[in-house]
Amino acid sequence: MSASTFGSGIRRREDPRLITGSASYTDDITLPGTLHAALLRSPYAHARINGIDTSQAASAQGVVAVYIGADTEGEIAPSPCAWLLPDSGLTIADYHCVARDTVRYVGDIVAVVVAETRHEAYDALDLIEVDYDPLDAVVEPKKAAADGAPQLHAEIAGNQAFHWTVTGGGDIDEAFSQADVVVKETIIQQRLIPNAMEPRATLASYTAATGELTVWNTTQNPHILRFLSSLVIGVPEDRLRVIAPEVGGGFGSKIAAYPADFITMFCSKKLGAPVKWVESRSENYQATTHGRDHVQEIELAATADGKIKGLRATVWAGMGAYLSTAAPGIPTILHGLMLSGVYDIPAIHEDVYGLYTNTTPVEAYRGAGRPEATFMVERLVDLLAAKLGLDPAEVRRRNFIPKFDDGHDVVTGLTYDSGNYDGALSKLLAEADYQQLRAEQAEARKNGRYIGLGLSTYVEICGLGPSQVAGAIGFQGGLWESAIVRFHPSGKVHVMIGASPHGQGEETTFAQIIAGELGVSPDDVKVIHGDTDNTPMGWGTYGSRTTAVGGAALALAARKIRDKAKVIAAHLLEAAVEDMDYDDGKFFVKGSPDSSKTIQDIALMANVAWNMPEGVEAGLEATTFYDPPNFVFPYGAHLAVVEVDAESGNVELKRYVAVDDCGPQINPVIVEGQVHGGIVQGIGQALWEEGVYDDDGQLLTGTMLDYALPRADRLPDIEVHSTVTPSPHHPLGVKGIGEAGTIASTAAVYNAVIDALAPLGVEAVNMPLTPERVWRSIQAAQGRN
Amino acid sequence: MFAPQFDYYRASSVAEAAALLEQHPDSKVLAGGHSLIPVLKLRLAAPSALIDIGRIDGIRGIREEAGRIVIGALTTHAEIAASATLQSGATALSEAAGMIGDPAVRNRGTIGGNVAHADPASDLPAVLRCLGAEFSIAGSSGTRTVDAADFFEGLMTTAVEEHEILTSISLPSGSGGQGSAYAKFSHPASRYAVIGAAASVAVADGVCSAASVALGGLVPAPVRAEAVEDALVGKALSAGAIADAARCVGDSLDDDEVLGDVYASAEYRSAVAHVWVGRALTAAAARCG
Amino acid sequence: MTIPVSITVNGRRYDREVEPRLLLVHFIRDVLGLTGTKVGCDTSQCGSCTILLDGVSAKACTCLAVQADGASVTTIEGLAGDSELHPLQESFWNKHGLQCGYCTPGMILASHELLRCNADPSAEEIRHGLEGNMCRCTGYQNIVRAVRDAAETMQGGTS
Repeated sequence: MSASTFGSGIRRREDPRLITGSASYTDDITLPGTLHAALLRSPYAHARINGIDTSQAASAQGVVAVYIGADTEGEIAPSPCAWLLPDSGLTIADYHCVARDTVRYVGDIVAVVVAETRHEAYDALDLIEVDYDPLDAVVEPKKAAADGAPQLHAEIAGNQAFHWTVTGGGDIDEAFSQADVVVKETIIQQRLIPNAMEPRATLASYTAATGELTVWNTTQNPHILRFLSSLVIGVPEDRLRVIAPEVGGGFGSKIAAYPADFITMFCSKKLGAPVKWVESRSENYQATTHGRDHVQEIELAATADGKIKGLRATVWAGMGAYLSTAAPGIPTILHGLMLSGVYDIPAIHEDVYGLYTNTTPVEAYRGAGRPEATFMVERLVDLLAAKLGLDPAEVRRRNFIPKFDDGHDVVTGLTYDSGNYDGALSKLLAEADYQQLRAEQAEARKNGRYIGLGLSTYVEICGLGPSQVAGAIGFQGGLWESAIVRFHPSGKVHVMIGASPHGQGEETTFAQIIAGELGVSPDDVKVIHGDTDNTPMGWGTYGSRTTAVGGAALALAARKIRDKAKVIAAHLLEAAVEDMDYDDGKFFVKGSPDSSKTIQDIALMANVAWNMPEGVEAGLEATTFYDPPNFVFPYGAHLAVVEVDAESGNVELKRYVAVDDCGPQINPVIVEGQVHGGIVQGIGQALWEEGVYDDDGQLLTGTMLDYALPRADRLPDIEVHSTVTPSPHHPLGVKGIGEAGTIASTAAVYNAVIDALAPLGVEAVNMPLTPERVWRSIQAAQGRN
Repeated sequence: MFAPQFDYYRASSVAEAAALLEQHPDSKVLAGGHSLIPVLKLRLAAPSALIDIGRIDGIRGIREEAGRIVIGALTTHAEIAASATLQSGATALSEAAGMIGDPAVRNRGTIGGNVAHADPASDLPAVLRCLGAEFSIAGSSGTRTVDAADFFEGLMTTAVEEHEILTSISLPSGSGGQGSAYAKFSHPASRYAVIGAAASVAVADGVCSAASVALGGLVPAPVRAEAVEDALVGKALSAGAIADAARCVGDSLDDDEVLGDVYASAEYRSAVAHVWVGRALTAAAARCG
Repeated sequence: MTIPVSITVNGRRYDREVEPRLLLVHFIRDVLGLTGTKVGCDTSQCGSCTILLDGVSAKACTCLAVQADGASVTTIEGLAGDSELHPLQESFWNKHGLQCGYCTPGMILASHELLRCNADPSAEEIRHGLEGNMCRCTGYQNIVRAVRDAAETMQGGTS
């Protein structure tokens, strides 16, 4: 019974506290005597600070302290960048947590007020006078690379943070010079604002007597935050406890360790009192990391029958004013290495320029580099199909990597684990009834209606690890995960993990893994995460790695438990260990299942230890540190159907069908939920979302009134299907699913809109595909005709 | 976000509210709060005091009076959307009220607060202009009535003077053979109107006997599209006639006045306004019973 | 200036002196310590702070505590009965209508309003009814399923 819970869509164990308002997110926690911090942020994108007068603020009602940059010298180190991309000329500008003499984006922190109430802290912000000398700003990455562009950091020529290249396979120039056809496009991967529904927050509590600092933070990776905070704030790691309580979504924006977090810790340490800082949504838009922001010039070489011979690209990636924690790896390692996509491409070359701009730092955002790669490849394949007059599905089929189940090398240097890309596409076309849809499209066109079909076939890299690769690519940490499984005397189980889920449901799926491995009910398993004092070290929840890496650690820990329990059971049943059998939580002598010891019996005996085998330690507990041998590579095929109103330019998403393969599904209901959410975020990029700066670096989409998030009434039901291809190297065969939807869906929707507009002569529209942009593209195309 | 400090006074009558407004310079009227509170939270305004009129009896609710429908200023958007009287007598208004914000906003936001704020992207001003509304405004020296053409003076400004309070809005009761509708191009983030088109038409003997069309969203204050109206009157309301008339909307828009923003430029809004005018007219025509 | 208010929250009356500028959501969260109601934006868009004010939905971030003087408020903490969950809570759980949970209290109370106004909504009506509540995790699909499921349960319960 219990073993069957692996693979079953049981209800989530997280939910009772969440649906009753009993869960505690960071801002829900207040300690006695908590003070409140508010941050004064620069209203200029680029300016010199001539002077700051805090005297009025310091004497305002309720104000306990006001600090400016000079007050933090020697007390808060610069906010670190922890992905030191090799062979790229990486230059890291000092990111002072409180600006010293220059501000470089709207939102750069200039001063902090600590007061008895939040109202008083915000009132005092209005009383701080800053004398700024505005400087010219640059906000677009390609412009930042141009001669004569405003320079952000004196020591960094041309605003260039890095220049990274990937080259693989045959001679790329030859591929293009000998090609029958070449297709090209320039793509703007617009800046996105992640918008986790819970804004970021920190509560820091320092006890001078013990030198201990406890920090509650909205982080995706508490152990990394502890590590970095100890370096920045100077509290030794053994005295520093980081707790990620309930965390309300992250999508990459809660990976970074932020200046505001370090400042809050500093204030608590300075004042010897708990200090809480909570950002408003507008502050979140200004100062919590953004995503994407690429200018991509891409081209594809192919034969006349549609066989791809080479892919070449140059990308200018906006990094913002400073390099955030993991930023350099996103538009490079997680992007450029995926340019082969699901295709056999014999030659690939990409140059990526990372540029400093006077904007909010850019970091991982759901998919992190991979949506930008998938979009490039899937656009080029569609352009090739259009050029050759072939159906997009057919061009894909002519170039797919054939089915493989134990490794396939692509020219970028990766070894994909397993895949059947044609299988996914075939299933998609059948489920969607693609031929029928094409017939309906043709009929609609006759009636002046513009219906479009868009395909996106993708593979992504996730389960970030192994650690020696992390080292080789400059990631300043490991990429293993750990798990402790502990049986209590009554047979109930605690699982402690180093990863830190924040909505993905691993309290449930990990209980299901234990149930599958050890035959206990998932209800008897409590999964503990997010507190560095009572969980083993781990590197965090991002990159669809929690189940792929942490789940493997857990499965292996459970198997260690099973091995030990078998030894104890053999002893109790007076049998030889090699004669023992196990089935669904019961240990018995082979052939005698009626006389067995349950895992609960063993747990009790191991804990009381009255009658243990010779040389076996008491307790039933196991720890595993799992360093994966390779990444995992989920994949799939998606289809979007849209209708464009040519009169207004409005795009209606009419249908969305997805086939995803993440290997065996521990809980298919949770997998489906991840797919829904991921797809909708990618649809958001295609149709609605864009962080817009004006030329002076003012964020024009600075509130939820301006930045358009997907809403329920603009979306169709998403049709979700799957295939199952286990990863050959993973103990459970599972791959990640957190980002897959986002990686696929933007290209699917975009391709559908271009397909719809094809009869009108439209070839490209910048995202998001707002009515005005679509309308203008139609006007321009009609003007050409 | 946290508003700056202000004082607060609760008025129990219109007269008391008017007196409080005079006593407290730089004070503002608080009704449902859905226009004012967001402004205060973002610290875009710092009034000395708020005069809460939200509990004044007698300026809430919908009643019919001497051939007109009278709507108290404190009537919520939800009440307007659900009103059978308005659904039949001023369909465009109930329709527009049902498109404001979202259900929770409609439960608290009031028609008086909405129109007194006079946000150009608001839905109701265009409808009220279209339907020939009259506005009752009370001050310490009594009450006066202003029609819609004079009420909306420009961007965020109305005929309500500093120490006055909007108390009610009245509309002519719709009659048989008449229909009205509101069509909206919603901003995907704010839900405010990028373009809002209100239309009211009457049909007699198979042809349009009267038409009123007003636009909001893309202009600082609602405007009548007289060119569209003129093109319709005397014609049968066929799809072709409506489309042709709607295309005249540009004649009623002053290019220098049309609003644009990062989401939709003035040029674009002007160019596609006819689509929503056409939709409103089509729906209104279908309602002519 | 402070103003005395008397606000009943989840059936219990609270008498407090508050600054006029105090938002109802901060009164609920910071003064009363009922933190189930969330703040997700500052422009009345996201709906995380949705509560019931005298039985109908309201965004507690767009209401001053002084405006709620004398009113009765229901928050997520007050929705369930003594021993059992409200059908909406059950349905959100059963249909995987939440992931990170941050929007959930507001989403459930907005759904409560939706079913108050329309006991038998279609999927499309549900999507429109929830237009003022944002969720970044679920893509809304399972929320729509959950509300539909709750509607069926609640209708079954009354017929």
